[in-house]
Amino acid sequence: MPQIFSKNANGVARFVIWGSCAVLLIAAAIGTILPRSDLVTGVGEPLAQPVPFSHKHHVGQLGIDCRYCHNGVETSSSAGLPATEVCMTCHSQLFTNAGMLAPVRASLAGGKPIEWQRVNGVPDFVFFNHAIHINKGVACETCHGEVDQMPLTMRARTLSMEWCLGCHRNPEPNLRPLQDVFLMHWQPPADIAEIRRQLIGMLDIHPETMTDCYVCHR
Amino acid sequence: MSAIADRPGSAIDIEALRKRLAHGGEMWRSLDEIAGAADFRRFVEAEFPAIAERLPAKPNRRTLLKLMGASLSLAGLAACSRAENIVPYVRQPEILVPGKPVYYATTLSSDGFGIGAIVESHEGRPTKIEGNPDHPASRGATDAVMQAAVLTLFDPDRSHTPLKDGQPASYGDFLKTMAGLVSRWTASQGQGGALLVEATTSPTLAAQLGALRTRYPRLKLYRHDPLAMPAAMEASRTLFGSALTPVYRFDRAETIVSLDADFLGEGPGRHAYARDFAARRRVRDPSDRMSRLYAVESTPTITGAAADHRLAIKPSDVEAVAAGLNAALTGQTGASGSPADQALMTVLVDDLKAAGRNALVIAGAQQSAFVHAVALAANAKLGALGNTVELTEPPDSLSVDGDLGALREAIGDGAVDTVVALGANPLHTGPANLDMRKAFSGLNLLVHHGLYRDETAFLAHWHVPAAHELESWSDIRAYDGSTSLVQPLITPLYDGKTAHQLLAVLGGGFEADPLSLIRQHWTQLDDDAWRKALRDGVMADSAAKPVSVTVSPDLAGLKPAAKAGSGIDVRFVADPWLRDGRFANASWLQELPRPLTKIVWGNAALVSPATAERLKIGNGEVVNIASNGADVDAPAWIVPGHPDETITLSFGFGRKVGSVAALSQGYDAFHLRRGSEWFAAGAAIAPRGNSVRVITTQHHQAMEGRAIVRHASLDAFRRNPDFVRKNAPPVPTESLYPDWPYDEEAWAMAIDLSACIGCMACVSACQAENNIAPVGPEECERGREMHWLRVDRYYAGPLDAPDTFFQPVPCMHCEKAPCEVVCPVNATVHTHDGLNAQVYNRCIGTRYCSQNCPYKVRRFNFLDHQSFDKDDAGPEQGAHNPNVSIRSRGVMEKCTYCVQRISAKRIQAQIENRDIADGEVVTACQQACPTQAITFGDRNKKDAKVVREKSAPQNYALLEELNTRPRTTYLGKISNPNGKLAKPGEATDG
Repeated sequence: MPQIFSKNANGVARFVIWGSCAVLLIAAAIGTILPRSDLVTGVGEPLAQPVPFSHKHHVGQLGIDCRYCHNGVETSSSAGLPATEVCMTCHSQLFTNAGMLAPVRASLAGGKPIEWQRVNGVPDFVFFNHAIHINKGVACETCHGEVDQMPLTMRARTLSMEWCLGCHRNPEPNLRPLQDVFLMHWQPPADIAEIRRQLIGMLDIHPETMTDCYVCHR
Repeated sequence: MSAIADRPGSAIDIEALRKRLAHGGEMWRSLDEIAGAADFRRFVEAEFPAIAERLPAKPNRRTLLKLMGASLSLAGLAACSRAENIVPYVRQPEILVPGKPVYYATTLSSDGFGIGAIVESHEGRPTKIEGNPDHPASRGATDAVMQAAVLTLFDPDRSHTPLKDGQPASYGDFLKTMAGLVSRWTASQGQGGALLVEATTSPTLAAQLGALRTRYPRLKLYRHDPLAMPAAMEASRTLFGSALTPVYRFDRAETIVSLDADFLGEGPGRHAYARDFAARRRVRDPSDRMSRLYAVESTPTITGAAADHRLAIKPSDVEAVAAGLNAALTGQTGASGSPADQALMTVLVDDLKAAGRNALVIAGAQQSAFVHAVALAANAKLGALGNTVELTEPPDSLSVDGDLGALREAIGDGAVDTVVALGANPLHTGPANLDMRKAFSGLNLLVHHGLYRDETAFLAHWHVPAAHELESWSDIRAYDGSTSLVQPLITPLYDGKTAHQLLAVLGGGFEADPLSLIRQHWTQLDDDAWRKALRDGVMADSAAKPVSVTVSPDLAGLKPAAKAGSGIDVRFVADPWLRDGRFANASWLQELPRPLTKIVWGNAALVSPATAERLKIGNGEVVNIASNGADVDAPAWIVPGHPDETITLSFGFGRKVGSVAALSQGYDAFHLRRGSEWFAAGAAIAPRGNSVRVITTQHHQAMEGRAIVRHASLDAFRRNPDFVRKNAPPVPTESLYPDWPYDEEAWAMAIDLSACIGCMACVSACQAENNIAPVGPEECERGREMHWLRVDRYYAGPLDAPDTFFQPVPCMHCEKAPCEVVCPVNATVHTHDGLNAQVYNRCIGTRYCSQNCPYKVRRFNFLDHQSFDKDDAGPEQGAHNPNVSIRSRGVMEKCTYCVQRISAKRIQAQIENRDIADGEVVTACQQACPTQAITFGDRNKKDAKVVREKSAPQNYALLEELNTRPRTTYLGKISNPNGKLAKPGEATDG
């Protein structure tokens, strides 16, 4: 009986076996890396906004407090975006004719809200609450990054479940004394480890309860 | 929709059943269950029945591959996040913080009477109705109809524009027509004009109507209220010369006799009555006392189910019982011919006399003036008048020129050529013999004002969309006369007008502002008092003052009105949720099982087992009911405990106007009605020989032959407070399941079966709170309704006069939960505080958890019932609770103990750095319950109310022998029958 396979069939078979292993490995690597890459998470990529609002100017240069505009952050699940009226408290006096503020003035005049592009968002089945984080010593900067350096706002962290859980499993390294929560570029004091240990007790933080699914999903 | 599925009616051998049940004791849920009918077996054996029906017949391999490929690529697409806008306010209202709900007090109308509500509003969007604890008619409770107010508000079928001759037109053009009418009426003093109003208690509306009649002296005013029950007023007019209405004080009543009165399920004071009634029957200790209720009734009601002694008789016989009661109380002898047996009457009268001024005799609102007079005389004789029953000026008094019949006559005579109908829909709800269509067709001008483009709207020359009550300014009075304001939660979505605005237009006020119309009426309130009334949801001390009267013992000559009927009596009832059909387009209400029959998406003609046996009809078999020269076809439904030779027909169905209403099946009982009567004697019933489907949820999730509801009489409880342990299988102490530590909270619930009246408010509140999708009649028929909480109804004892029990069954939140261990993807998990959490975004839909749940409280989304696409989902998504996920197809869901409410309170407590207080977390079902049967709290708090409830001797866990250690437990039902009337098998029954 003649040979069915020629000699170089061995090579083909080896190539196919090793090749498919390699393809699987590469696919697994891509599958792991890609969802975490900035390309997918959108970290570091500013979005086009109807008004090119600059946190760098307002926070970094003028020193306006976060809560001036995001006034729900201490009490509500939503930090809130400023109403047009809030913008116009200053801009009815400053840069009153600036072209880039035309949409703001039009909004107030026409009663039509400005439609901002959402930069930091979680899926609909995640129920994030700002107030509890602020009140337990998690700073704005921890999740939103150094917004005072952002000419256009961009996402600073992935906001993925993995990232959330990292802190929910072990919140201690991300805690600050409550009075420093709204500070940018905060430098921890030397005895921060001791302070954080005290904060856990003082603020009644129970990491063992913080990974229950319903904390975020309900 | 396939309307009729001809299938042989399931034949039940009623005689054999009766023999089997004669010895009593055995508990059963439906006739089919005890009969072991084939259909029922099918439901029991397949937990989710009839899955096979949904699959296409044998897809070929290629189609299957194509479909799978498509679903894979779609799954990939679904993961991509979409760009999203954030839209802040232009001017943010001062009190509004995005993400935090705001609560407003307002009042909802129930057949014209006010029930106070607190409405939760998210960024200006009303999402949930709660009862107003300060309002006398609510006392914090709500019902299904109130819960559905947010759904009807966002109903896409609502009328959007004014219609002229059925075609869209502008409101400006309507005003022009009205200007012409106003000048014509001004010249003619309103000659030929008539207003048709509904039941109303609004003081402003009454004042406006009065002003219009002063302005146009010849203008006529008619009232059409298909659910009106005028007999009480008639009786009081005869007895006292003035119309008075009774207000009952169940908190003082020790012995209650109901003469066909469904005071727990019907009437504007039902929530308050249920609350007081249940409070007098709360037994936690053998030394506690209980009131006793004797119910005589002509159709099974939840009041009868709550009664200690119940007598079901034909509606025309109620007067005879009343006459017998009157004779016995006044010492006359020879109450012969009374359908009640003498032993019962003797015991009942003895109990009444013993209770003295704490006795209470209630006449059914739909009963005749004679029965009302007897009740008043009995209460007066017992000294109860002024104690357990108070007479007050009726809040809905309005002097009118007549009812719909009078209007029909006036149109026929040519005395009326212009009709303005406010809210009423006489083409559907009017008696058939009046032929209002013909009458209205001959009018010069018919103006209709209503929420929907209903039957009358299409006939009208002009239809004006009405503002929903959550969009309106108004005022309204409660059953006891308390006045409260109605304030809008949202600007009218479709530019609807309030009835006040329309009346103002008729008076020449074309630009009247809806707020100022109400504000102007309440000039005696200064701005502070007005604001206080708005905030409190009720005006302080506005309840009507009791009037003191004397009753003449001869009943002022009132005599029984009904002829001793031969043939079958027809008893009309309003559907508990759809009422006269006005809520027929609310899917929540269509799909909410009726308390006793558990029928959804339609109605049936209810008959007793004996009558069904005599007529040889079974469930679903169509019968023709002929009475007074009209007839209607309806599917029969056998209800144990229904009076014999009586058929119960319910209003509210048979409408095909509205996309949801059109899905439901049912007959229109208004076809048989001749006036405003609530029963008709001498009906003829003929089986048609075919069957239609009647959809019921009673077969689903059956629990066979186990001690599910445990009950005892008060005497038996006193002898043996631990009756729930009697004959209970032993509870294992060892478990293979993991031991969870509960160091923080341990949420738990106790449900008092003695207090539960089966009103279904909890189910409806759960649906509203948790975004539970209605699934429609087809899916309901397959047993796929999604309610997280169901109320099981059980019968025990003889077939013709069974005891009825209700048992609300939410998720038990087992500490050793069988559902958790079988999930292959960890989508159902145990939390630190003992909840069995369901993670929708993890669930892959294996349904193992549901298979393993002994309580069958898990619900699976077989289809996408709610759209995720905001444009596709329509306005009804406005009613969604933003704090609860919408579930997609292929996902399991279940009761969460309202985890969103727990989270909200926990976050609040954590922010304030304190523990969650007892009573702070209130679940939706608990909040809605009129009798406070549900208690919820932290079991780890020693002084928590739920711990006290659970320490009652009659506390037991459902199927505790399975060692699931449920967090939800029940307090066994305790009733208070008179020992002299012990039923066979009941006295020692535990």
